[in-house]
Amino acid sequence: MILELSEQQKMIRNMVREFAEKEVRPRAAELDEKEEYPHAALERMAELGILGVIIPQEYGGAGLDNVTYSIIIEEISRACASTGVVTSVHNSLTAWPIIKYGTEEQKKKYLPILARGEKIGAFGGTEPNAGSDLGAMQTTAVLKGDHYIINGSKTFITSGPKAGIIIVFAVTDKEAGPKGISAFIVEKEFKGFSVGSIFEKIGINASLTSELLFKDMEVPRENLLGKEGDGFKIALATLDGGRIGIASQAVGIAQAALDESIQYSMQRQQFGKPIAKFQAIQWMISEMATKIEASRLLVRYAAYQKDAGQRISKEAAMAKLFAAETASWCADRAIQVHGGYGYTKEYPVERLFRDARITGIYEGTSEVMKMVIAGSLLR
Amino acid sequence: MMNIIVCAKQVVDVGEIKVNPSTNKPVLEGIPKKISDIDKNALEEAIRIKEKLGGKITVMTVGPPDAKEKIKELLAMGADEGVLIPRPQGADYHIVSKLLSKGIEKLGNVDLVLCGEASIDMFSGQVGPRIAGFLDWPQLTYSFKVEAEAGKVKAHRNMGDRMVVTEASCPAVLTVTKEINEPRLPSLMQILGSARKPIHEWTVSELGMDKEPARVLEKDLRGVKMERKNIVFKDDMDNAVEQLAEKLAKEGLLG
Repeated sequence: MILELSEQQKMIRNMVREFAEKEVRPRAAELDEKEEYPHAALERMAELGILGVIIPQEYGGAGLDNVTYSIIIEEISRACASTGVVTSVHNSLTAWPIIKYGTEEQKKKYLPILARGEKIGAFGGTEPNAGSDLGAMQTTAVLKGDHYIINGSKTFITSGPKAGIIIVFAVTDKEAGPKGISAFIVEKEFKGFSVGSIFEKIGINASLTSELLFKDMEVPRENLLGKEGDGFKIALATLDGGRIGIASQAVGIAQAALDESIQYSMQRQQFGKPIAKFQAIQWMISEMATKIEASRLLVRYAAYQKDAGQRISKEAAMAKLFAAETASWCADRAIQVHGGYGYTKEYPVERLFRDARITGIYEGTSEVMKMVIAGSLLR
Repeated sequence: MMNIIVCAKQVVDVGEIKVNPSTNKPVLEGIPKKISDIDKNALEEAIRIKEKLGGKITVMTVGPPDAKEKIKELLAMGADEGVLIPRPQGADYHIVSKLLSKGIEKLGNVDLVLCGEASIDMFSGQVGPRIAGFLDWPQLTYSFKVEAEAGKVKAHRNMGDRMVVTEASCPAVLTVTKEINEPRLPSLMQILGSARKPIHEWTVSELGMDKEPARVLEKDLRGVKMERKNIVFKDDMDNAVEQLAEKLAKEGLLG
């Protein structure tokens, strides 16, 4: 494994960083405040190829590796965590399962649309009574002629109100437990599909999160993803990859917290000198930087293993667990470095503090990550 | 069809330079390098001309071997090929400009040469005009708006105290200002595609320049020390403003 990025990866990182600095960061606070979806940034990201980063070139994407993908999500999230998660869900949780499990027809139909950003992707797994315990889902799908009829609801869906293509999981065989779950490619135009309540959250406010409601929703038979009963397997494999995205998002947030802390501590004067001259601040900065670097290497290792075709459940779980906890810890320390100003809305660290918190919850809580890690060690 | 050359320089990222307080010298080791910002404006303008009139864009750089990676960024933006000429030890503006003009002659059939008005590190602004001098081509410096058509080019130029519109027939040398455009970011696909575009490496001797001595020698390089005076006027606003103005005038800062 080569730890140094390739020249191409560096070039891509520089491009995405410049884009994020110029076009994403300046609007991050405002979009958060107004709970406004990052339409303009997504449009530009489609032009730049970022919405199709992992989609193969034959379907209109850039066909890039997961290490590069991780770098991109980190850079976007460093500027705006909301835009970061929308991009991650679009690629990891929507495009990827179609790339991996889709038929040729499904790939030809949906991947170019996702790559061009004509429709944004979402992932309909979680239900009110099925979060960490995804196998307990109650949404049902019944085959009737050429269509599956889906009834039920999903909750906490990132991009829910804006998404055009959603991977939806539903029970096709109640007796079979997790093996009775199937996956479907759903378009928001399908009859019986509607968006429910939009949640008021404490962070990542520009990524709109909602319920999705299915009332006798008609899904064409050819939109079954994989085979009937493959759903649970597809969900778990997809979430393994999604965790690379969320861990990268967490690294980006943590890095932003460090950036802000360095900048502030070198300017803020107390007792006649910049507070960066005090050991108390230096130790916080050092510990933040070390944990961030460790998180980044864990994420890149998981991404590298995925590129090598390895199973990455444990590696992705470790990366997400550590990066998510690091993001919250770093955002907390960043507020401490900023003192009273850090607790105001004048400085961006309060947003980082709110945004960081979700990374230890969605796409598998930190506790579920530990279950996954333990499960692979204690066999 | 326009055959365009864009001259680009790899510089250190000046925003990252710190001055060593004891020696007063800028610390240049370990500073990230990049293409001088205004040279990207020159390339952006070249791309727009090519989009309108068709043609080919060659990026030409005099610099160290690692500049090759930075040339790739320009190929990703939209240049068709690159040329890297090694920078001789101690080369001054005269030598760099002459190397570029020899390179331009070697390439042949060039309609336009575009440069940034100056590089962001030294900001001497000499290279564009010197190239025009060596080639004996018209030069349109400090252009903030360019209108090109087959065989001629019109430039709106910022001469500081006045704006001038100048037209020249091709071939010509143009230098552009930062205001002329916003350089585009390459897409992921363009970055991937840049790996397939050629970068030619020419030697100094094949341009017949290996015996050319530098005329200007760099004797020393010092950083500008910037220190805050930390003077705070605590009187009421009217008095404070008056005191501030008086102090600024005393420092000779009010013209």
